[in-house]
Amino acid sequence: MAKPGFTVAHLPGFATIAVGVFVCLYLPIITLVVYSFNGGSSIAVWQEFSFRWYSVAWGNEAVKDATVRSLVIALSASAIATVLATFAALGTTRRAPYRGQTFIYVMINQPLMVPEIVTAVALLIIFASIKVATGYHGLGYLIAAHSAFCIPFAYLPIRARLEGMDTVMETAAADLYASAWQTFRYVTLPLLAPGIAAGAMLAFVISLDDVVITEFVKSGGQDTLPTYMLGQLRRAVTPEVNAISSALLALTVALLTAFFLLTRKRD
Amino acid sequence: MKEDIAVTAESVVKSFGHGAAAVRALDTVSAAIRKGEFFTLLGPSGCGKTTLLRLIAGFETPTSGRILLGADDVTDLPPNRRPVNTVFQSYALFPHLTVRENVGFALKMLGRPASQISARTAEMLALVKLEELADRATAQLSGGQQQRVALARALAPQPKVLLLDEPLSALDLKLRKEMQVELKRLQQETGITFVFVTHDQEEALTMSDRIGVMSNGKLQQVASPREIYTAPVNRFVADFIGETNFLPVTLVKEGARLGSGEIVAAEGKGGVLTIRPEQVNVVRADKAGAIGARVENLIYFGTDMHVHMRLGDGAALVARMPLPPGGDGGLAPGDAVGVTFAKGAARLIEE
Repeated sequence: MAKPGFTVAHLPGFATIAVGVFVCLYLPIITLVVYSFNGGSSIAVWQEFSFRWYSVAWGNEAVKDATVRSLVIALSASAIATVLATFAALGTTRRAPYRGQTFIYVMINQPLMVPEIVTAVALLIIFASIKVATGYHGLGYLIAAHSAFCIPFAYLPIRARLEGMDTVMETAAADLYASAWQTFRYVTLPLLAPGIAAGAMLAFVISLDDVVITEFVKSGGQDTLPTYMLGQLRRAVTPEVNAISSALLALTVALLTAFFLLTRKRD
Repeated sequence: MKEDIAVTAESVVKSFGHGAAAVRALDTVSAAIRKGEFFTLLGPSGCGKTTLLRLIAGFETPTSGRILLGADDVTDLPPNRRPVNTVFQSYALFPHLTVRENVGFALKMLGRPASQISARTAEMLALVKLEELADRATAQLSGGQQQRVALARALAPQPKVLLLDEPLSALDLKLRKEMQVELKRLQQETGITFVFVTHDQEEALTMSDRIGVMSNGKLQQVASPREIYTAPVNRFVADFIGETNFLPVTLVKEGARLGSGEIVAAEGKGGVLTIRPEQVNVVRADKAGAIGARVENLIYFGTDMHVHMRLGDGAALVARMPLPPGGDGGLAPGDAVGVTFAKGAARLIEE
């Protein structure tokens, strides 16, 4: 029996629209995954089920190289961004309100609002002059750039968690002889951990996925997985790209599942 | 300098906000709480009682005035450097720690050796009868058990003063009664000074050695429960604690003259006479010396009955009389009766 009152399910066409949206969202991804198992060389014509393109990708030195580089950058950048974002979140929630707080908030989230291409060009120019001045051409530039644009993604869940945490816990810790550092170490940090994990996870995925800034900032021979795949598209496209994409998808899903399982118990 | 004072508030003022919007939560409060006593700050919400508690704990600093613990001025010390612990209204137990870890928290922060922490924690858990639940998460406990953990946690470091911020308000009535007895027992066993904040006058009367009644950021009266009840200093205190009658009087040589003309004996000074309902006797209308009254209404309370009356000048007066089994005391609305006051019970107070 239907419950009285307003339910969106009663709107005409609601179910149809919902199904349509999900089809549009997931059909391309399903197609991508299905064709990654295509035995033929076409990304559009199905021949037979095979792991051929997975083994091609696995044996491809360029793919391995790009994967390792992507992971190194994503791990470093998400670690740096998460630490900085945690301090930023503490600084914007765990003190008396001050003038210019909104301004600081906007500043922290700047990478979310400035078009990525603008940041990419700006970084290209400044890093080019640093490269000339120092002669250093390593991964540092990519890690620094990724850390910067990952900060707001790490910041938002951490800040949300802090705002949801009752400050009476920290008051109680201070009352029980904890110094400011001890309060942070034994009370704030453990309670904040799920937020920090969520922030780190989000930052990691955002970094792993980035194309625009990476494309502009990387030096020669510094392809990450997404820029490598972009490069491949300019030539003959084979289901190898599907295989790599599917593997990335699997990694992301695994990470999200792990995160869900880890945080579910604590809350 | 008195040796037996645990907490002193000296002309403490606390304002929140600035300029015209500033609110004076505490207005020049001075008080001395004795060592080892159960002291209750009683008042309606917003009277400043919790603010005074937070100032003693160190969560706030006074706008002016000083807070002393024993002989030490702690006005500017942060909470973690004051030998004072708090039982919070919401308990504020650490959800990521077990019961045992919660109770041992303060000692760990003080850097005590592990053996001492575990011994003291066990002792505290025994004191609040929670030994079996030591390794549970706090979220698995009932409200009453969480309350006990909060008490054990605050008592574990042996504070000079224990502050309790309406700790019983979240419990149901039966559990609240049990915890009142429990708190009194803990206070007597530990000998620690308790400063208890509540808006519940019955709680204050049954548990306290002394009560400080607060209203509008001011301490109205500090005295024993008996004195607060029988000799309130002003209308607020008389009205807030228990039920009472107020009758306007004029002072004459023989005592206080009621609006209806009768003269009664009364102690104290002021233009209002106050008398508790249980000190009002309803007698025959023609009894010598009785004040004339008319019964308006009878309200049955099980153990006793409230008799609502009007005096000759229309002033309302309530008497409370024990009820004979099955009877109504022979009264009915509209009856003309007489009223006498128990000897020494009528008091004059300021408005």
